[in-house]
Amino acid sequence: MLRDITLGQYYQADSVIHRLDPRVKLATTIVFIISLFVFDGIAGYVVAAAFLAMVIKLSKVPFKFMIRGMKAILFLLLITVVFNLFLTPGEALVSFGVFKITKEGVKTAVLMAVRLTFLIIGSSVMTLTTTPNQLTDGLEKMLGPLKKLHVPVHEIAMMMSIALRFIPILMEETDKIMKAQMARCADFESGNILKRAKNMVPLLVPLFISAFRRADDLAMAMEARCYRGGEFRTKMKPLHYEKRDFVAYGIVVCYLVIGVMAGKLMVILL
Amino acid sequence: MPIIVDHVSHIYGEDTPLAVHALKDINLVIPDGQFIGLIGHTGSGKSTLVQHLNGLMKATSGAIYFNGEDIDDKDFDKRKLRSKVGLVFQYPEHQLFETDVFSDVCFGPKNLGLSEKEVQLRAYEALKLVGLKDEYFYQSPFDLSGGEKRRVAIAGVLAMKPDFLILDEPTAGLDPKGRDEILDQIAKLKEETGITVILVSHSMDDVAKYVDRIIVMNKGSVMYDDVPREVFRHYEELEQVGLAAPQVTYIMKSLQDKGLDVSDDVTTIEEAKEEIKSYFTKLAKAKRGNW
Repeated sequence: MLRDITLGQYYQADSVIHRLDPRVKLATTIVFIISLFVFDGIAGYVVAAAFLAMVIKLSKVPFKFMIRGMKAILFLLLITVVFNLFLTPGEALVSFGVFKITKEGVKTAVLMAVRLTFLIIGSSVMTLTTTPNQLTDGLEKMLGPLKKLHVPVHEIAMMMSIALRFIPILMEETDKIMKAQMARCADFESGNILKRAKNMVPLLVPLFISAFRRADDLAMAMEARCYRGGEFRTKMKPLHYEKRDFVAYGIVVCYLVIGVMAGKLMVILL
Repeated sequence: MPIIVDHVSHIYGEDTPLAVHALKDINLVIPDGQFIGLIGHTGSGKSTLVQHLNGLMKATSGAIYFNGEDIDDKDFDKRKLRSKVGLVFQYPEHQLFETDVFSDVCFGPKNLGLSEKEVQLRAYEALKLVGLKDEYFYQSPFDLSGGEKRRVAIAGVLAMKPDFLILDEPTAGLDPKGRDEILDQIAKLKEETGITVILVSHSMDDVAKYVDRIIVMNKGSVMYDDVPREVFRHYEELEQVGLAAPQVTYIMKSLQDKGLDVSDDVTTIEEAKEEIKSYFTKLAKAKRGNW
């Protein structure tokens, strides 16, 4: 169950996408997400789908892994679709008493479903092909200029990388404690919501205790090695752009132009 | 009610590049009343194996039978299995969550749906079995020492009155005194209740003294499955897979190399003592004969 969450999990493979500079991947993901909300009309989404398919193909990550990330948000997706379907005012197609499905409702529901799906798969591609360390390195470098405004960029990046680093550890810990309690016949699966929440106590208490203990240990270990972030700290693997990174930026710009153009073209043609 | 492990294999992360073959075609019969040592190097699959025995993990292929029933059958009651095959995890003190020791031990039997009175009786018995002093019963489990916390956690499983008790590295992280106390307590408990105990460990010295059967695991397969004496005879092979025979075996070996006529076929300090003593008696007798 817990292993189904792919967000924040790295998939080891040797591909062009894996080798790209994390800044490129971060920027591309942001551009891609914005593009999903800017494009209008089917044409734009066809372009987005094609772009996404190309990136997935290049990344050599099995498509199964992207889908696995979807399971976690399936519920959210369902709610969004249902709400949009029934609560959008407009020209009614079918109606059940107070509720009615409108033409506009169907359109927004489908649109939202596609957007959310693409959004999750798009960001999954990034996290699957980029190690958390690379990701935060990229973020730190991108946000570098903010240092002039006294934003503690390094500290934020460090906190992020620690948080990301701890996701798998805490997940493993959860799994272990869950099993230990299940060995004592604990029940995490049946009962109504209230009962289930109550049944989580034997899991959550040990988990919090262990999280605090780990945080404490880590802080101590960092201090023992004289860690102090920010100024004058050098990197083991400094980031620098290579030719393929510029090519990737070029492709992203092309994608954006084609996507917007396709949308406009559709409008003109119809 | 024996547990039968029939051609069980387990693969972690099947269909991914990180797939690990943790168990390879394991066949075992675990009868009632035995004291078994399950030995293996880190990553040999011993923890994975014991989690199969109470249905926490599902075999990728093969089957496990408890009391003649396949535990993966749809209508098999997993909860009942888990109460009968008690599993104490590594560092079990990390599972404690209640505000006092006694309530924490009550958690297991309470989940079995027993009456309040029965639950408390079992919790009390279990705490007595692990040798915890009465004055700790209503303290917070987090205020206890490492060894005491571990006793509480073991009691938490014992309170379900299992027929099989599996302890995964029960002495990990304890000091020598704590280690001996826990192991002695387990041996005593085995004596008093007559249940089957499986002691998972990577240290031969820990188990040699207590168990009457040793299963050695290596890279997901069973390497040896025999009485301790027979297993330790293969001490050279054991060394190759990162394990070792008990230290007394080595001492006897060195004595032999020095020309003393003693057997290296001993597994405990007690036996070694007898063996050396009888050697000296023989020697003294021979000398007297010469005069």
